[in-house]
Amino acid sequence: MENKIAVKVPVMADVVASGHQPEWLFWVGSAGAFDDRYRKVTREFAKILAYLGTDYAVLGAEESDSGDVARRAGNEMLFQMQVLTNIQILNGYGVKKIVSCCPHDYNTFKHEYPVLGGSYEVWHHTQFLQKMIESGKINIKSNPFDGKTIVFHDPCYLGRANNEYEAPRFILDALPALNVEMKRNRSKALCCGAGGGQMFKEAEKGNKEVFIERTEEAIATGADIIATACPFCMVMMSDGIKYKNQEERLKNYDIAELVSMSLGL
Amino acid sequence: MLKQLLFGLSLLITLGVFAYTMRRLFYNFRYTRPKKLRDFCKRLKITFEVAILQTKIMRFPFAGLLHALVFWGFIIILFGSIEMVVDGLAGTVRVFGFLGWFYDFLTGAGDVFAFIIFISIIVFLARRLFFTVNRFYGLEMKPVSKADANLALSFILLLMVSLLGMNTFYLLDAQAAGRAVVGSYPVSALLAGWFEGMSAGQMHFWHEFNWWFHILLIFVFANVLPYSKHFHVFMSVPNVFVSRIEPLGVVDNMDSITREVKLMLDPTLAADAPAEAPSRFGVADAEDVNWVNYMNALSCTECGRCTSVCPANITGKLLSPRKIMMDLRARMKEKGPGLAKEGGQYDDGKALLGSYISEEELWACTMCNACAMECPVNIHQPSIILDMRRYLVLEKSAAPGGLNAAFTNIENNGAPWQFSPHDRLKWAEELSMNKID
Repeated sequence: MENKIAVKVPVMADVVASGHQPEWLFWVGSAGAFDDRYRKVTREFAKILAYLGTDYAVLGAEESDSGDVARRAGNEMLFQMQVLTNIQILNGYGVKKIVSCCPHDYNTFKHEYPVLGGSYEVWHHTQFLQKMIESGKINIKSNPFDGKTIVFHDPCYLGRANNEYEAPRFILDALPALNVEMKRNRSKALCCGAGGGQMFKEAEKGNKEVFIERTEEAIATGADIIATACPFCMVMMSDGIKYKNQEERLKNYDIAELVSMSLGL
Repeated sequence: MLKQLLFGLSLLITLGVFAYTMRRLFYNFRYTRPKKLRDFCKRLKITFEVAILQTKIMRFPFAGLLHALVFWGFIIILFGSIEMVVDGLAGTVRVFGFLGWFYDFLTGAGDVFAFIIFISIIVFLARRLFFTVNRFYGLEMKPVSKADANLALSFILLLMVSLLGMNTFYLLDAQAAGRAVVGSYPVSALLAGWFEGMSAGQMHFWHEFNWWFHILLIFVFANVLPYSKHFHVFMSVPNVFVSRIEPLGVVDNMDSITREVKLMLDPTLAADAPAEAPSRFGVADAEDVNWVNYMNALSCTECGRCTSVCPANITGKLLSPRKIMMDLRARMKEKGPGLAKEGGQYDDGKALLGSYISEEELWACTMCNACAMECPVNIHQPSIILDMRRYLVLEKSAAPGGLNAAFTNIENNGAPWQFSPHDRLKWAEELSMNKID
């Protein structure tokens, strides 16, 4: 089994210094870089990029928060400071295409950066993976999920905010597993509870936490795996699974992880 | 001639009162902030889909379909109401009859729709009076809100009864007098069978009675509407036209902040940056909203679809997107007259944020846009919620502790958590994968 190969993650400053202009910028995002669980997703996605031989780079230490949380929590000043400094770096490297594993970053790059001077072609990683499957560059043959049932939880900022309901489902359909839906799905999906800055604060008084409501809905489908495509959703669903003591039975994976596992990376 | 005079007088009173009310309501628009509209073609398309085809209300299929039928019925029946006004003024009977087959079509469809609307309204009333539809309840649904809804429905019910009565007795009256019937009335023709034993005089009386009852009820209803949540009848279609057309995830950029930030990053710009900061950042009171927000509030008919899908509300938090719209409308109504008298300096010691909407409500929002997704008339609740958060953060530095910490971290180390930017590549250390052939 000692068939491992090292994966080197190209950093924009080095790649550009060597005289090459990468096709893609992989925007890792704050959660992708610092959240313990989501780092695994970042790693799996980087492996897929390596497997595909994608011409890409990351910003590394030059990356800063996209500002989405600041904006939606009302701190417009901080948001715009982040945007303007990020744009200086992105435009400085002549970035054209961005792929991100975070729907919030995807949304803000796509819709909110252009007004402030940063226009890029922005892809969410599920859209990127869909494209790779469609074009035959990713060809799933193995069967790690045989007999398993997967339920997808729509992230608000991929779904309702950007009308992208099908890319994640297209990928799941390519996996050898049974896909089921929660009662509230696609544009009617219930939020995980972490958006709009909720991730960083205590929930207001109520009779339940949103993530528990949503996890219960996922559990009710009888699925073995909750597939997510957003770092916040992942924190919430994983917490929900723990809260409901379902860790033995129910797992939470990002779609990138499912693809990586199917490819045996 | 007396009839014409009476009619003309009632029409004049109706229009006069209506104009007075409208002036008071629309005067408030001048206290709101400006917002530019673009893309008129796209707006027409959205208006056609959302308003005319009723696409968004169908997301709740049962009540949605009934509502769509009522709406389409109203449009057809409106033709008959216009004819009644002409008839009333000119002393004619069914003056548009010269339209021939088209008239037959419109009257026939109107007659059938009157019956469909009648049934729909009975269902709507039953849902409110005898069933427990969750979205009709909530903190903001005070007894007066419920009475308002039932009153509007009762008005419409009576309008349909009198319309069918008018058509039925028109048929009977014409038959008894040996006159030709103009137009087509399939449902009323069936109803006419019940009243065939009546004398010609009675038939004539009931036709006149229903005609007057119907048109006067329209006049009264039109003047009750602006004081009711059911003002939505007038405001919804224009509201859809001016509503937000950006994808739901987009937040309006604060240009006033952009100026400040650019100045901070490059102080040499100060010379050519005109200082025109708004009186305050964000929204604290009714006059801080933009005119589209206010239009949204006037269009809300309190159906509660927004609140019924709100994750915060579902889990028992105070936030209700419907309440936000109702509060804005109520606050503007309360403050408008004072602003009219004393201008922008007017202060009644109250504010939208604080007296009506609490910080607890605002901070419960996840910005998931489920509310805006469901609103059948394209109201965008999150933009007001966010603008009030902006006021709290930018003017009062009053964010919850956890968020303040996240802000500080983003400022200091470029991430909402306390990690050094130099650790941003930690995830990539010792990364390896299986070799795939």
